[in-house]
Amino acid sequence: MTDSEATLAARKSPSTGRNFRNKDQLSLQTMILPGIIFILVFTFIPLYGVLIAFKEYNIITGIRGIFTAEWVGLDNFKEFVNDINFWNMLRNTLGINILGLLINFPLTILFALMLNELTSQHFKKLTQTVTYLPHFISWSIFGGLIINILSPSSGVVNYVLLQLGIISEPIHFLGEQNYFWLLAVLTNLVKELGWGAILYLAAIAGIDQEMYEAAYMDGATRFQRIWHITLPSITGTIVILLVFSISNILNSGFDQFFVLQNPLNIDSSEVIDTYVYKVGLREFRMEYATAVGLMKTVIALVLLYLANLTAKKITKRGIF
Amino acid sequence: MVKDRSWREHLFNACNVLIMLILIVFTLYPFWYSVIGSFNEGADYARGGVYLFTRQFTWDNYSALFSDSALIRAFGVTVARTVIGTFTHIVFTAMFAYAFSRRNLKYRKFYSMLGLSSMYLSGGMIPFFILINSLGLYNHFLVFIIPALFSFWNVILFRSYFAELPEALIESAKIDGAGEYTIFFKFILPLSKPVIAAVSLFTAVGHWNAYYDAMIYTFGDHLQTVQLYILKLVQSTEAALLLANMSGTVGTAHSTVTTTTLQLSAMVAASLPIVLIYPFVQKYFIKGMLIGSVKG
Repeated sequence: MTDSEATLAARKSPSTGRNFRNKDQLSLQTMILPGIIFILVFTFIPLYGVLIAFKEYNIITGIRGIFTAEWVGLDNFKEFVNDINFWNMLRNTLGINILGLLINFPLTILFALMLNELTSQHFKKLTQTVTYLPHFISWSIFGGLIINILSPSSGVVNYVLLQLGIISEPIHFLGEQNYFWLLAVLTNLVKELGWGAILYLAAIAGIDQEMYEAAYMDGATRFQRIWHITLPSITGTIVILLVFSISNILNSGFDQFFVLQNPLNIDSSEVIDTYVYKVGLREFRMEYATAVGLMKTVIALVLLYLANLTAKKITKRGIF
Repeated sequence: MVKDRSWREHLFNACNVLIMLILIVFTLYPFWYSVIGSFNEGADYARGGVYLFTRQFTWDNYSALFSDSALIRAFGVTVARTVIGTFTHIVFTAMFAYAFSRRNLKYRKFYSMLGLSSMYLSGGMIPFFILINSLGLYNHFLVFIIPALFSFWNVILFRSYFAELPEALIESAKIDGAGEYTIFFKFILPLSKPVIAAVSLFTAVGHWNAYYDAMIYTFGDHLQTVQLYILKLVQSTEAALLLANMSGTVGTAHSTVTTTTLQLSAMVAASLPIVLIYPFVQKYFIKGMLIGSVKG
């Protein structure tokens, strides 16, 4: 049986099959096996663990407890619908991410277009190198920088605003509810703007240069060339990245919020991920935290589906 | 007409360059700000005004920082996990990717399905924590290594590179009697330096920047990473600052090293390796990102 399958495989791919032996198939399978075990353990066991969202779970019982714990139906879900914190952090998660999408998504495209219009290749390279850098700095460091710069006592932002007469006394930016959403969006912009432009730049690099030359001959201005050639050529990339961004709206980046939040801004800085961490691993209400996490995953999947559907309807392109 | 056009072009270029310059300054300034602060005397820094250059130069912050054995230990843990974690990830993931790239691998569809689902499905934070706990990895160095051994995303990166390698190479090695393992280790890996470089760099940066796993899966100082050390410093300063603000006093007036300047020097020390190495390896990062996006 295995023999005939091997010959079949050999016929299908004559270039590789001729010297193919059973021993090699065995070798290949042993190369695959560790990875498959990894996936089963680290993806599928936790997936099964989601069941505790419907149970009364105790951490002492370990993995076995996932199976043996008692069913409580939708009790954990009912609990968070009635949890005042839950609605607050759902509002923060959605608010910050939608604001971020509205501001940062178009600005990243604009940045890529402007970068592409730079005439000096050296300067373009320099700009890229500098703006990519923050992407590789961790949020614990980058957040620390932000906290220092915005500090009401020694921070430079307050100093500049005071000198310009815009404010009359220092503002504790991270200590106030009102500024947090915008601060979260803008700091994320500074960190990810450059790196976010990479895929657009690659798409732009693939555009046929003859189109630009022809447009130039016809007297098209620079702006017209961007508008009528560059932008339409990267629509596919834009749509795909937009769909991904929308589906990621609830994955609001634990790191950034965890670093920037403090007791004074917590009402506008608590997001689903940080809430799950606190409830689950500090208060050890694991089944409750899992229920909140599961809710998030479900909403994210629905969003991805809707975004993809819309993208397909409008532009005839989608990711699946 | 032509003249008008070139005038506009020049204006456009000038504005464009100006905006980019502003952006560069905005991006670099926070780093510069922390560098000058980290070399400034602490009490003097607390008075404010250290915005462009160091006012009272001192090495004290750095000597205080590196006299802290917890930090030295954190650097050790971080370097160890970065080196070991990156190496093991590459071998584990690349080996899977090689077998996965071979067309005569049986059950490939099934493996591919499992792999893709591992990219998109996740049980979330809590079930993963229970798993780590049950595996006995809690508060063990291997918690940084084992859960990070494999990534299907990187399998895709490796596979798309392996697929470009000439099939004849494998053919001739087989005629010479080489098995799949020999082919992988002796022929494929040495030919795959660019993709290994790209994946290694992404993995290494991930390890270097990690604090989340150290915070959740370990306790005490002995497995603390540099980033977690910094996070604790930042959050304790922030807490101190909040307290000072609310009670109307500015704390730590007399010491030459304050938590703020200490924090700044820790941030500079921890980001230095990345800032120094990054410009030289940038092309590998970009290459890796592009391979992944085309195939993924």
